Amino acid sequence: MSATTGTGRPASTTADAGTGGDLLRLAERVAGWAGPEEEVEVFVARGEETEIRAYEGQVESLTSATSAGVGIRVVSDHRLGFAWAGTLDEELLGATLDAARDNARYATPDEHVRLAVPDHVPAVPVDRWDDGLASVPTSAKVEMVLALEARARGGDPRIRQVSSADYGDGAVETALVSTTGIRSANRRTSGFLSVGVIAGEGDASQTGSGFTVGRGVADLDPERAASEAVNRAVRMLGATKGPSGRASVVFDRRAVTTLLAVLSSALSGEAVSKGRSFFAGRIGEEVGSGLVTLVDDPTDVRAYGASAYDAEGLACRRTVLVDRGVLRGFLYDTIAGSRAGVASTGAAVRGGYAGTPSPGCRALTLAPGPEGYDEAGVLGAVGDGVYVQSMTGVHSGVNPVSGDFSVGVEGLMVRDGGLAEPVREITVASTLQRMLQSLQVVGADVEWFPGIAAGQTVAFGDMQISGA
Amino acid sequence: MIDTPVLERVLGQALRQGGDFAEVFAEDRSSQSAVLDDGRVEELASGRERGAGVRVICGETTGYAHTADLSEAGLLRAAETAAAVAHGGGEGWTVPSDPRLGARGGSVAGERSLATMSKAETLELLRRADEAARSSGGAISQVQAGYGGSLRRVLVANSEGVLATDDQYRTRFSVSCVAVGDTGLQTGFETAARTIGTELFDDISVEDLARAAATRAIAKLSARPAPSGEVPLVLAGGSGGILFHEACGHGLEADHILKAASVYAGRIGQRVASPLVTLVDDGTVGSEWGTFAVDDEGRPAQRNVLIEDGVLTDYLWDYLRARKEGRVPSGNGRRQSYQHLPMVRMTNTFLLPGEDDPDAIVADTPRGVYVAKLGGGQVNTTTGDFVFGTTEAYLIEDGKITAPLRDANLIGNGPEILTRIDAVATDFAMTPGTCGKDGQSVPVGCGQATLRITGVTIGGTAE
Repeated sequence: MSATTGTGRPASTTADAGTGGDLLRLAERVAGWAGPEEEVEVFVARGEETEIRAYEGQVESLTSATSAGVGIRVVSDHRLGFAWAGTLDEELLGATLDAARDNARYATPDEHVRLAVPDHVPAVPVDRWDDGLASVPTSAKVEMVLALEARARGGDPRIRQVSSADYGDGAVETALVSTTGIRSANRRTSGFLSVGVIAGEGDASQTGSGFTVGRGVADLDPERAASEAVNRAVRMLGATKGPSGRASVVFDRRAVTTLLAVLSSALSGEAVSKGRSFFAGRIGEEVGSGLVTLVDDPTDVRAYGASAYDAEGLACRRTVLVDRGVLRGFLYDTIAGSRAGVASTGAAVRGGYAGTPSPGCRALTLAPGPEGYDEAGVLGAVGDGVYVQSMTGVHSGVNPVSGDFSVGVEGLMVRDGGLAEPVREITVASTLQRMLQSLQVVGADVEWFPGIAAGQTVAFGDMQISGA
Repeated sequence: MIDTPVLERVLGQALRQGGDFAEVFAEDRSSQSAVLDDGRVEELASGRERGAGVRVICGETTGYAHTADLSEAGLLRAAETAAAVAHGGGEGWTVPSDPRLGARGGSVAGERSLATMSKAETLELLRRADEAARSSGGAISQVQAGYGGSLRRVLVANSEGVLATDDQYRTRFSVSCVAVGDTGLQTGFETAARTIGTELFDDISVEDLARAAATRAIAKLSARPAPSGEVPLVLAGGSGGILFHEACGHGLEADHILKAASVYAGRIGQRVASPLVTLVDDGTVGSEWGTFAVDDEGRPAQRNVLIEDGVLTDYLWDYLRARKEGRVPSGNGRRQSYQHLPMVRMTNTFLLPGEDDPDAIVADTPRGVYVAKLGGGQVNTTTGDFVFGTTEAYLIEDGKITAPLRDANLIGNGPEILTRIDAVATDFAMTPGTCGKDGQSVPVGCGQATLRITGVTIGGTAE
């Protein structure tokens, strides 16, 4: 099988127009080393990044770097082997292929183990590349982060310290070529500003953070990042340990994007087929209230995770997972799909060249509530409860297999439909299953955040608060 | 990895325009891993990463550039970039003389290399773990066993004459189980990880590890919801030790201290904990997960007493923060890889054992929660509020360990919780963990004997 089988080659899109043809050629060349009895997939990536940290009006650190690497999967006799290297050095490319080959010899033969083949689904052009980023001088980036730091410091007389003020950007190009006919290229740029502040009054200190992200410098809104950080810190001043009891809980948009990201791992077809999801075996059943509609749509260019191609080179596509409370589908890559007897949903993701593909969300959204339901609207509808500004211990307290949910929280009490006094050192607990059923109010204030999900203000009824 | 004359020329280039300090950090890491999941050996992976980062400090500004190109030309380019960015942001520097490198080396691990255990032998370990877990009970529905081994060779050279190398072998074995019952799914996890080669398997039984993970998942099938509110808490010896890592470890890192972003800033010499608390961070302990010979700034690992009999004695220091305060670093400058700047990190952080009998502590607790195993945690160093999660816990009723509890997070405030420790036992044990800070992950150890906290808030769903 040749490395560049013509049939089924994904259509060229604006997303790969101008993308490093040299990376595709390199991937093709390595895939061309495949032997007659094996299938080979070569993923190559190359990136540049800048990170700048400001402190007290000066540049604390500035990092400038380039990186590149390759990840190779080999399938022979239904056995998969993988190897990667953090370099595109010629001498290591051959050694990496050899290591992947050797690893394949030891895997258990499995009829479902295979590489993706073109499925003729056309890729939606998704442009996450900002040509202008490359021409922004470092001095302009330095000015931006110094200005951000100064703005946060001057945002309120109670701001005692700007503990971090960071600028970062990156440009990443990737190419994927396989002996099974896959040939795709992706590229994206990103930029961010983030700031953390400490507000103080008397002996008490509280923290707040804010950020802004985009494809490049032009998308960034430093004013918003600074005021968000300042507001979040200042409104927590005077916080006390909240009371225990059952209450409605309102999660802010940033918290909701985290909740959706955790929930997404239970929607992975691989987790489902391996019995690691509480959704397993429940397709067609009601798993949540009628307000729960969950869709993964990486073709939505507004999404931070938007992409034309998935991590196996198939077109990304829209997948409805839960429709008005009824479980409708899961996310699959080629192997998990084969195991479940379905086609890949174009949902393979991978953590760079050092990781292998697995199914996952890129752009998960909860369908927005009625128009006009912004944060104030949701608070008004809830009346009384607890408003969550930030969560801690999500990795230690939320289990997407069992559904057990217990997180540390800081935020404000909700009284008479508005935000009241700040509370800290409390936990909020339930199970993910129960939360889906008790979803009470969904906001329309959807915002895309860095990561794999959007967020809007959301309220759940009847959660357990543990505090004083 | 890189010849000394080349290092000297690169450091010279880094300081050609002046500057206070220059450093080359080079790394060559090889790794091998294997995963058995769903009854099949699914994935063997090999990885190789090598590169170097050049750091130039000029006044208050640090410039950093890293590259995967270890040739002299590649290193010189990185040095030029780092120097240019350092000078772009700062002012006021001195011109040092040409660096002359001394030598300091070390290696913690045994002589065994990654290759001494064949891939077939590691797969046999995975199969044995899978079998042991599945035979622990019919409720076990899924088992994932993983092996990972790595050799990380580091070289550090700086303009103050330091030349240090370290070969760090690390081996990790973990088992994750799912149990299924009428109440749904539950999970159990257990891991062993040390800074040695495959000698790890001379010391541990993968079957014991697998059975511990399986038993944990099965026990939770009959678990009741954890309580909600403040309870007395007994933490088992070796249950995680993450309590101290979160309650005060991060807050004692000098980068937080110097930015006044820690509740422990300005409190040296003061009582910050119960007199039963003597807390140590020690990168030299045996082959624990947070052990190494030299840190990622070329400084030998050392033992640092942070809290002695309840009184705060010192913070943790890297080069940059120690230099600002005119003191010596404490061997706590660490980084995830050559692609990252070093910062202040813990190594093995542990509470020294006390004199109580662990069983007597439980017997002396009329009602409370007994935590046999902790998961992860998180802290806000500025407020001191922290959480840590249970993965195996039980009720204590009438001084006896009784019903198993579902997983929950505990929440507290570091300085308050540390004063509430009223018993520490003798049954000390360490556990491995991965510590994340500012986007960088490093291996750490945590240790403690059985102890009791008179009151801490547990976030369960039972009223």
